[in-house]
Amino acid sequence: MKGILGRKVGMTQIFDEKGEVVPVTVIEAGPCYVTQRKTAARDGYSAIQIGYEEVPPRKLNKPLLGHLRRHNLPPLRILREIRVKEDEPYDVGQKITVDIFSVGERVDVVGTTKGRGFAGVMKRHGFRGGPQTHGQSDRQRAPGSIGACKTPGRVLKGTRMAGRMGGRRHTMQNLKVVLVDPERNLLAVKGPVPGPRGGLLLIKQARKQG
Amino acid sequence: MNNALLQSVEAVEPNPNIPELHPGDTVRVHARIVEGNRERIQVFQGVVIRIRPGGGANANFTVRRIAAGGIGVERTFPLHSPRVEKVEVVRRAKVRRSKLYYLRDLKGKAARLKEQR
Repeated sequence: MKGILGRKVGMTQIFDEKGEVVPVTVIEAGPCYVTQRKTAARDGYSAIQIGYEEVPPRKLNKPLLGHLRRHNLPPLRILREIRVKEDEPYDVGQKITVDIFSVGERVDVVGTTKGRGFAGVMKRHGFRGGPQTHGQSDRQRAPGSIGACKTPGRVLKGTRMAGRMGGRRHTMQNLKVVLVDPERNLLAVKGPVPGPRGGLLLIKQARKQG
Repeated sequence: MNNALLQSVEAVEPNPNIPELHPGDTVRVHARIVEGNRERIQVFQGVVIRIRPGGGANANFTVRRIAAGGIGVERTFPLHSPRVEKVEVVRRAKVRRSKLYYLRDLKGKAARLKEQR
């Protein structure tokens, strides 16, 4: 398993090698550092901890600085874990850059979706709302019926209603890598990814290849 | 967020076979069409009714042509598309706006444009 942390730059479109226009999301990713190795023997599971985004040391607290300084790492703002197999060769202090990925490869991109607050049923679940005409009042964005009558006499669990939308972790699977630029730490994948511009993203090798 | 970075990704070599176009130009666009593994060139002749600027692959232009039976057909090509073999400007017309959408409502004699000299 390989992965890297990055920030969404934005979407645009580019020509592929066939001359076709492809919609892409540009991601500024890495360089990341392996900051800790977790093993089944010591931690109960096997993973690497990677750090991203160098900041002035005054921006970090002492415990975090100490954790990084132990392996002579630069002050890094963001730490995340990636599950790896026990036998994968990762060393603490190792630098991870975008060139771990190559063009044409498939990746999963994890991010936090844009928060939409308390959203109605039309926005949140794609309901159609009520009729716009024929003497209707107060029904234009209403959910309609949410259940039957005496039987069951209650609203079923899981019934789709209004509520908080977005702002949750979401994974886009199997996105094609269309551009890798190690010089500028840039990566572009086909299609959209979760979150606003500038949002933190975790890019991993695709789980379901194909 | 970082617009300069985005633009650097979008930037493409302009297609040298596409000359400078203006709205109102009558053009012959030689587009390369890929069908399976065969490639052929299709010519589309019509009036440029709009040019949308933008960086690299974002820029495009739309050509309107009146096909058989008086049916209007519009095709949009990326301005720097590597799929465009060449563009010939047949005629330049004098127009007073940048988007010639009004041509869609006109037909026959009324849809003519005055030639630029």
